Amino acid sequence: MQRHEMVSIGAGPAGLSAAIEAAKNGVQVAVYDENDRPGGQLFKQIHKFFGSREHRAMERGFDIGKSLLEEAQSLGVEVILDSVVMGIYENGTMNVMVKDHVEEVKAEKVVVATGASENMIPFPGWTLPGVIGAGAAQTMANIHGVRPGKKLLMVGSGNVGLVVSYQMLQAGCEVVAIIDAAPEVGGYGVHASKVARTGVPFYMSHTVKNARGETFVEGATIAQVDKSWKTVAGTEKSFDVDTVCIAVGLNPMSQVLRMANCKMAYVPALGGNLPAHDLNQETSVPGIFVAGDVSGIEEASSAMIGGKIAGLAIAYYMGYMEDDLFHEQRDKLLGSMRGLRAGPFGEKRAEGKRMLLEAMKG
Amino acid sequence: MSEGLKKRGYISDEELKSGPGVPSEERRRNGPVAVIECIQCIACNPCEASCKMNAITVGDDITNLPHLDEDKCVGCASCIPICPGQAIFVVDDGFEEKRSRVMIPYEFLPLPQKGDVVTALDRSGKEVGDAEVLNVRKKEDMDKTAVVTLAVSKQLSMSVRFFKQK
Repeated sequence: MQRHEMVSIGAGPAGLSAAIEAAKNGVQVAVYDENDRPGGQLFKQIHKFFGSREHRAMERGFDIGKSLLEEAQSLGVEVILDSVVMGIYENGTMNVMVKDHVEEVKAEKVVVATGASENMIPFPGWTLPGVIGAGAAQTMANIHGVRPGKKLLMVGSGNVGLVVSYQMLQAGCEVVAIIDAAPEVGGYGVHASKVARTGVPFYMSHTVKNARGETFVEGATIAQVDKSWKTVAGTEKSFDVDTVCIAVGLNPMSQVLRMANCKMAYVPALGGNLPAHDLNQETSVPGIFVAGDVSGIEEASSAMIGGKIAGLAIAYYMGYMEDDLFHEQRDKLLGSMRGLRAGPFGEKRAEGKRMLLEAMKG
Repeated sequence: MSEGLKKRGYISDEELKSGPGVPSEERRRNGPVAVIECIQCIACNPCEASCKMNAITVGDDITNLPHLDEDKCVGCASCIPICPGQAIFVVDDGFEEKRSRVMIPYEFLPLPQKGDVVTALDRSGKEVGDAEVLNVRKKEDMDKTAVVTLAVSKQLSMSVRFFKQK
């Protein structure tokens, strides 16, 4: 059996930040990730981040990913790739599928930072090659340098849909339209504006009716929806596209948390069924912490701050940090987090987080 | 909240006027000045520190809209590549009698060349005429966001926000 003081599950922004903060304070840390390269979604993020300049705003995601990895490495954090944590059992025991065999691993503290998966919507033709998730489009273009298609329809106007549309334009695709069933653009206006000014039209209150083609996508039809989300006859518009990109939200990957009997609560504003957790990111099961999208769908900046809080709390609980220093550093991070959750875009997330905190008590 | 932006993806003239980052007509005639087209309260403040003249204020609550002090701004364009939303431009209505300068953040390859004639686009992407590329700025600390300066006809200086290469 392998023993670690702390294990992060997931080497994305949250898991790495937790590992770095804990290791800085003397905790021995290993990070497991099921992918063959670390960084989670950061290396797909070729745009500059919003936020406070103290928390790496205006840096591009892949540059942040690089520096997190370097920092983790310099602190002696072990990052183990191609490794799927299959379950967390009592007392922090885990089964980990490392490449082709299963290892038993035990950790005093675990940070679950498994991220999220993309939502899909079914429609006639949705299984045709060419209907892809926005994450796949980013992976193809920004990691592998492959243009997903020549002409693309984007379904979803949240920040993911807007940012990926822009990135597809950068990759040389024509984006024929961004549509959303909601009546208003979901993401930041500035993201929408930089796509709109290139000439991409927005169709709000529209859904995708079908994708057509024999062996791959050759076109798609959209239609307007009424207030009860039903399509309105006669409003159909067709586009000749070879790619339909779906960006309709994310779903937290909380399987291992549910398996470990962490108390869950349903908070739609943060992506669905989520682990209740306290201000130190600890769940109802002592020793299991959460950070990043699995603790509520937000963005990389808050994932990093959440990870840092978890890492600090673990160092503190294990006796590596003085009381005063821990509270001083944690409270500063909590302040930054409040800043990121302020304003019309953050309020609902802040409210969702309060619900998850309440669920810990109730 | 903004109807135009929320429905069509770009801000209307009325929305633009409501923002605290847009300089007066008079100021625009007096030489280059930043036009900050940021009208939604999102948590973001890199523009504030990028300004060496202290002409941009966000404040302790980083959700505040950036406020432009048009008298302090010298139109140096340092804020343009810093803005993660690409929402800052520089407009100079004092450039020539018939033409204004507009500086635009640009993240597409290939970059245009000085002297190129390009098709100017407004906020909706509509073609509004030709523009001349006066220069293209690009250096390390701009982190891959180039700043392209266009000469456009004077009445279009507050409309042209992008361009298409021919």
